[in-house]
Amino acid sequence: MNLPELQKKLLVAARRNPPGAQVPYAFEKRIMARLTEAPRPSEWLAWSRALWFGAAACAVIALTVSVWAPSAAANGDTHFSDGIVETIMASSDEFDSNW
Amino acid sequence: MELSDAELIAAVLRGDTASFEPLVAKYSPRVFATARRYARRESEVEDIVQEVWAKAFQKLSSFRGEAPFEHWLMRLAVRTCYDFLREHQRSRERSFTDLTDPENDWLEAFVRAPEDASEDSAAARQLVERLLEMLSPPARLIITLLEIEDRTVKEISALTGWSVPLVKVRAFRARAEMRKCLQRITKEKYL
Repeated sequence: MNLPELQKKLLVAARRNPPGAQVPYAFEKRIMARLTEAPRPSEWLAWSRALWFGAAACAVIALTVSVWAPSAAANGDTHFSDGIVETIMASSDEFDSNW
Repeated sequence: MELSDAELIAAVLRGDTASFEPLVAKYSPRVFATARRYARRESEVEDIVQEVWAKAFQKLSSFRGEAPFEHWLMRLAVRTCYDFLREHQRSRERSFTDLTDPENDWLEAFVRAPEDASEDSAAARQLVERLLEMLSPPARLIITLLEIEDRTVKEISALTGWSVPLVKVRAFRARAEMRKCLQRITKEKYL
């Protein structure tokens, strides 16, 4: 089987038979109707935008806290972190005393 | 008096959407012919062409007018067709055991005497369609543009947005892929 010759023949067949250029009836009207209709708000797009906005806000808060907390600790201001530790340990202290 | 493409585009960009319709009427045949190279079903062809025109409308302000509008539109059309191929990759492992009788007869005629197998027969056209469907999207695009539409590497680069070296690499790989597909046909049929 002469593969190069087969390939050449098949490509010639494709070249000699280009696809038709016929346009379906009233196609232009359908296109113009689609282009001129008011854009419908996409629910997915709205949710996506809201979630991205939320993610950006969280990132800003995290960044702010990460910048502020070490500088607060360096200034000797440990109230915030102490408060968190106290809150967490309070429940276990209560548990120990009850037990 | 018929307005030129540049005048129609300027009108659309000023807000006169109706001026887009003459452009659609003028260039749709070319866009349909392009889409028919990559999709078989008419419903898919029409979807592709609608997508091309929707993108053309949205991106019309990016048309600089340095080249003819048709070139810009055909670039959009080729890239939309390529996106279609990537989204609709069917199983390309389809074997050639389900060839139709005319296709089998044509291949047998080719084996007996290659000069007797006519390139003008419907069976040859169907075989080449099957072969193209077996190719990966980039291979199919390159083979169609380079080997069937007889475009230059530079033209393909402009149409696809691929660099010239990338077009050459993909052309090399596409030809090798096509040879492999043909080998599979003949191995399954004539082993």
